[in-house]
Amino acid sequence: MPAQVITITSGKGGVGKTTATANLAVALAAAGSKVVCIDGDIGLRNLDVILGLENRIVYDIVDVIEGRCRLKQAMIRDKKLPNLYLIPAAQTRDKNAVSPSDMNRLIKDLRPDFDFVLIDSPAGIERGFRNAIAAADRVIVVTNPEISAVRDADRVIGILEAEDKGPGALIINRLNPILVKKNDMLSADDVLDLLAIELIGIVPEDENVIISSNRGAPVASDPKSKAGQAFRNIAKRLKGETVPFLDLESTGSLWERIQRLAGRK
Amino acid sequence: MNFFDRLFGKTKSADSAKERLQLVLIHDRTDLTPAELDSLRDDLIATISRHVAIDAQGVQIDVEHDGRSQRLIADIPLKAARRRTRKIK
Repeated sequence: MPAQVITITSGKGGVGKTTATANLAVALAAAGSKVVCIDGDIGLRNLDVILGLENRIVYDIVDVIEGRCRLKQAMIRDKKLPNLYLIPAAQTRDKNAVSPSDMNRLIKDLRPDFDFVLIDSPAGIERGFRNAIAAADRVIVVTNPEISAVRDADRVIGILEAEDKGPGALIINRLNPILVKKNDMLSADDVLDLLAIELIGIVPEDENVIISSNRGAPVASDPKSKAGQAFRNIAKRLKGETVPFLDLESTGSLWERIQRLAGRK
Repeated sequence: MNFFDRLFGKTKSADSAKERLQLVLIHDRTDLTPAELDSLRDDLIATISRHVAIDAQGVQIDVEHDGRSQRLIADIPLKAARRRTRKIK
């Protein structure tokens, strides 16, 4: 079966697109799928460091598009997960080095050999974003439970609808259950109410995300991390499985957990 | 909201975030600024007044949303026709 092409986008920068792309790629590959992820952020390459593959780059996506190398030469294979590949972004070029039709051609060549092609979109709604969604079968919109991130997500969803890419599926990233409980952070329900699209995952704020990106080993491969669990669940949903959403309530302090057990809260 | 917040009438920040977003998203989605909505309101009043007497002060124009689709809701109170007939008499 040809690959499912999924673009991860957000509008606003810094909400966790690259982290989500890396983690979904790792989780899908660990579960046996053959995955290639593409860094669409030309000029601001980052997916390579999050995946820990930065030292192995020889060719990049622009080299492929401009014919300086074959597609296979630009694909870096992960050592721990042999069915995970990365096509890195060019670092010394800008977004105009690639066009939507270049992306369509590249993806067409990748489809027969993979189960999933994941494209990490740059922030914004300009050329780089247009390139990233050109060949997508499905779009995932990442947001944070925060006013500016939700507003930008809504703009992106509007553009996706206008471009006939469907409204997309939503990941609410970096939700802090304690702040939500104090009513000082938008809840997942609030965000869904406002954006009115399908939810595919809620990822709790988790310090392990920073720790694992420091090491270049995405948190999805950490069996103890809550965020890792959330990303593994999203990967399962992408494969068509029905997985219940995590109970994030249980991440309170010890005292709050005791109070809950005692039926006080 | 906990007891003390309620006591002092303080709105929690998540509530104001949601309210503000609801308004800002309506304008983002429709490309309709509050100023444009006002001028639409004036045009509507002028047009409808040519056909029927309305209470211009009571006219309410709102954009409501249902999922991802928006609708324009106009509430236009008509002036009672009785008064006019009495005048004619």
